[in-house]
Formats: sequence, structure tokens, C-alpha cells
Amino acid sequence: MSNNNIVEIQELIKQFPVGGGFFTALKDINLKIEIGEFTGLVGPSGSGKTTLLNIIGGLDSPTQGNVNVLGIDLGSSSHNKRATLRKTKMGFIFQSYNLLPVYSVFENVELPLILNKVNSNERKKLVEQAVEWVGLTNKLKSRPNMLSGGECQRTAIARAIVHKPALILADEPTANLDAENSHQIMKIMVCLNQELNTSFVFATHDEKIMAYLRRIIHLEDGQIVKDEQIKNPEMGEKR
Amino acid sequence: MLFNLAMKNLIGAGMRTWLNVFVTAVSFFMIIFISGMYDGMRSHAKQVTIDTEVAGGAYWHPKYDPLDPFSYEDAHGIPPKEIRDLIKNEKAFSILVSQASIYPNGRMIPVIMKGIESTQSIINLPTQSLMKEADGLIPVLMGSSMANYTKLKVGDTFAIRWLDANRTYDADEGVIVYIMETENFKVDMGTIWIPLARAQTMLDMKNEATYITFAKNISTVQENENWIYRDVNYLMRDMEAMIAADEPNARIMYAILLALAGMGIFNSQILSIFRRRKEIGTLMAIGMTRSRVVGLFTLEGGMNALFALIMTLILGGPVFIYFATYGIPLPIDYTEMGLIMAKRLIPVYTMGLFVSTTLFISFVVLVLSYLPSRRIAKMKPTDALRGKVN
Ligand SMILES: Nc1ncnc2c1ncn2[C@@H]1O[C@H](COP(=O)(O)OP(=O)(O)OP(=O)(O)O)[C@@H](O)[C@H]1O
Ligand SMILES: [Mg+2]
Repeated sequence: MSNNNIVEIQELIKQFPVGGGFFTALKDINLKIEIGEFTGLVGPSGSGKTTLLNIIGGLDSPTQGNVNVLGIDLGSSSHNKRATLRKTKMGFIFQSYNLLPVYSVFENVELPLILNKVNSNERKKLVEQAVEWVGLTNKLKSRPNMLSGGECQRTAIARAIVHKPALILADEPTANLDAENSHQIMKIMVCLNQELNTSFVFATHDEKIMAYLRRIIHLEDGQIVKDEQIKNPEMGEKR
Repeated sequence: MLFNLAMKNLIGAGMRTWLNVFVTAVSFFMIIFISGMYDGMRSHAKQVTIDTEVAGGAYWHPKYDPLDPFSYEDAHGIPPKEIRDLIKNEKAFSILVSQASIYPNGRMIPVIMKGIESTQSIINLPTQSLMKEADGLIPVLMGSSMANYTKLKVGDTFAIRWLDANRTYDADEGVIVYIMETENFKVDMGTIWIPLARAQTMLDMKNEATYITFAKNISTVQENENWIYRDVNYLMRDMEAMIAADEPNARIMYAILLALAGMGIFNSQILSIFRRRKEIGTLMAIGMTRSRVVGLFTLEGGMNALFALIMTLILGGPVFIYFATYGIPLPIDYTEMGLIMAKRLIPVYTMGLFVSTTLFISFVVLVLSYLPSRRIAKMKPTDALRGKVN
């Protein structure tokens, strides 16, 4: 695998057992994603975006084919190894934020650092930094139920970025947000992508997100039907 | 790390945690409370038996078998010299046992007639009352249950008939000089107490005894002439057997209470895993291994129990102390049912009870927290994230 590729997928097939047989959610997927990309998996509902994202994140395993993420062959690695990979080098952003309800913003963002055994002084510094990036410094002590949807998702972004992972996987991060909040969040992520060279992979069918993407991988019925590079994303105009 | 997270989760959940903790604490309280009552009952029964009957132990005439009334006819003799010395020094006293019948109000009731040294102070029976002048009648002391049963009151007279040493029947008039309240049914039901000297005369067994009860902390005599030394353990063995027979009941009680406490814990654990499955998926996505998530939930369950224990001690402690000091009044008199029971039951809360209850319950709680949590290890992160449980 070339040093520049953060994700390398060859001949991936993913089947789910349904009833007596199988449902093929992904087939013949060949894909390379390089460090620093800002890529989206785009397609209609049921096309396999989430499934592919979960496989890249090691949350689900391929039925066939090779999946190499950050230099680790996910098909042959153990649960624990994949968990460690996620813990150290990946961040996740979900449609429904998935914040821990009894934790404050600070504690939610701190969690990946605790799992990575970062000492508490360092943790404080990194959390404050991450929260500043997403502009939530004044909400550090709030619990998720006191936050707006946009603020929740910004907290989730801070949590995904706080340990400076190489790859962030975001599944429909704007689906629960209004236009204004969606744009704000995308801008934050573009910024993080440029400043920290963090790679982003989105799964989405939101036009607003697509406007920011520099590469769009079109999925249909579990297959890649089109892979387009976008030279000048429209985001400049929308800013 | 897990500890801090578990702590944060519990404190963060606020009211829900405290409600859970409270319910568990109530079960703990009940377990300790009832166990304490059981222990109190047993130790009270033992103590009463020692106090009113057994003292430091006894020497039995070789033919004496308390369970066989026919043995009484032959079970009498003059105690060996060393034992007589003990008696002289008031370290022991004689009891002469025989079968007799009494005839209160025309009824015939077979009894065990025990002659006892009225000056003794080794066991806690009001034997001094037997020193009362009775106009030549036989002074009789009996327990209140026996008095109830025979419908006799102090001052009532009735005929007593017995078989003397020459195997001839004799009869004389007895008078109730005292009715004692005692919790020990063995000195009450079916027994009448008369002065030793009088019994020896009536039975024509001068200086003789059936057994000698001695005070606590008396060393055994060398020359016992076949009189059988019975230590406290031996004399308490039916008591112990009764307690042992009761053991299954105590265990069932304990098991029911524990099952109640356990069900609460198990239930809340399952609920919590169900409710928090998305959180579980998130933790896995963030990179927590399954075993750590299992550990986290188990720990939360365990700490829940720990809080409950602390709550039990804080809220229940004063109650335990109060009852251990002042006792619990019992509404029914159990003496007639053949039970040795206090009118006010003093529960016994030993350190051992607390420690064993705590250890045992902690173990059960950990298992009960672990079992449901184990399901987490089988969850697929993707399913958990979607809020599905297999
Ligand atoms: N665990 C599963 N068991 C069975 N079928 C599944 C499972 N997960 C996904 N599928 C199926 O695989 C297909 C792709 O699902 P996926 O969630 O990846 O779609 P998606 O592109 O993310 O759609 P959406 O835009 O609605 O989120 C769907 O038809 C779905 O029903
Ligand atoms: Mg999806």
C-alpha cells in the first residue's frame, strides 16, 4: 500500500444474512482514499453508504475482499485491534450526535483522551482546543440536553477531532440540522481538514454537504457507479 | 479509568441512580435486619438455657437419661466426695429427679418432680421461694405455662403422688408457693420444683441426687466414680439441634430476601443495557473494547450495590443500634409453643453478620451485574449504534 493511501479496498463484498439467504449490500468495491482527502460517499437510501463507512471504521467486517485502513488489514484483525485503531487514529460523527447524555460537553469531548490514557493536564488543554475549534467554549459545562442540535453536532465534532485522528468518518452529520447549522458544521470540518490534514469520509445524500466535497464517490445498489474529483468545490460561493 | 467513568455515569444519572440504590439498600436492610433477628433469637435461646438450666455443666448419675422417665427410678445416688465438696463450697448443687403425678382439681397430670437446693444461686430460678413456710405441705414452684395448664394459682393445694425408693406409692399435699415467669419451657412445662431435702425425705433417698449442676469455670473433678461429666456443649445439644433444624428456614428467608434484592439489581442492569445500547455502540465506535464496556457496566452495577450498602449503614445503622439496644417487642408469648423466646427480642448484629452479608451480597451483585453485561460482548457495534439488541 502506498504511503499516501489511508484507505485501500479491493474486491469488497458485503452480504447480510436475511431470512434463509443473503442480501448483498456491497459488491465489487475497489477504492483508494489518500491522506487529507475530503470525500463523500453519495447515493440513494439503501445504496450501502453506511455499510461501507462502517466497514472502513472496522465496526463491521467484510464478507469478502481486502480492506486496509491506516496500514491495518481489517479483515484479519481482531476486535480489540480494530478498537485500538479507532481509539487512536479515527473519529466518528453520527447523524444523531451520539453524545453521552449524562456527560457535560467537556466530559464528552474528553472521553477519547481518557480511553487513550492521556494525562489530565494534557486532556484539559486538548479539550479546550477542540472545543474552541467548534466554537463552544462557553458551553463546556452544559449537558447535551441543554444544547441545540447544531451545538450537539459541534460537540460531536470536537469529540471526533480531540485526539487528532488521521481519519474521520461522518455518517449523515447534517441530516438532523437546518441549512444554517449544516453550513456552519461543514465549514468547521473543511477548516480542520485543511489545518490538521485530517482525512474526512462522509456518507450523505445532502446537497449541502456535496457542495463542500472534493471527491464524490457515487454508490448505487452497493456498487460504485461514478468516482468524481471536484477541482473547485463551490463552498467559496456559499461562504 | 473504568472506575472514574462508572462513577461519572452513576452520579450523572442522578435521581435514577439514587432510586436504584435506595431499593437495593432496602433489601440489604431487610437481609441484615432479619438475619440479626434470627441470630438474636438463637443467641437468646442459648443464653436463657444456660442461665436457667445448664450453668457450667453437670455430673449425671450413670443411669440418668433425661429422655427416658423410667430411668429416673434407678438414677439416684450419693455423689462422689469431690463433687460433694463443690456443693459444700456452693460451686454446685444437687437435683433429684423422679416421676410423679399431681391431682389439681381432680385431674391427674403426670409430671417430673425435681428436688432442688433452694439456696442455690447458680442457675437463675427463684428457688428461694421454696424456703417459705408451708404449714407442713410440700412447697411447690412451677412455671407460668404449667400453672396455666393446671389452672393453679399461688396458695392452691393439690395431691402429689410418687414412687419412693422402696417402690411403694406415697402421696401428700402440695401447695403452690410461687409461679415463675420463665422463657425456658424445659424448666416450665411438665415440671414441678420442690425443696431438695423434702424430695430426699419423700423418696427415701437421703443425700442422694440424680445430677449435679455446677457453676461456670469449674475444673473437672478427678474421682467421679462413674458419674458422667456433661459439658455445656453436650447439654445444649438439643438446643443446637433445634437451631440446626431451623437453619433451612433461615436460609430460605435469606434466599428470598436475596432473590428480591438480586432481581432488582438484575432488572435494572438489563434495563440500563437496553436503554443505553446506543451509548454502548458509541463507546465501541470511539474505540472501547467490548470487554471494557462489559467491565464498565459490571462495575456500575457493583458500585450501585456499594452505594446501597453505605446507604443501608447510614440510614439503617441507627435503627440497628436502636433495636440492638432496646429490643423489638414481640406481640405473642411463644413459651407455650415450646419455644424459648424473649418478650422483647434483642437482635444480634455482629461484625461477622455485616461482613459476611456484605461479602456475600457483593459477590452476588457482581455476578448479577456481570451476567446481563455479558450480552454487550455479543453485540455488534453497528447494531448497538442503531439501537438494536440481538
Ligand atoms: N444489519 C443488516 N442486516 C440486513 N440488512 C442490512 C443490514 N444493514 C444494512 N442492511 C441493508 O443493506 C442495504 C444498505 O444499507 P445502508 O444502511 O448501508 O444504506 P445507506 O446507503 O446508508 O442508506 P440511508 O441513506 O438510508 O442511510 C440496505 O438495503 C439495508 O437494508
Ligand atoms: Mg445510512
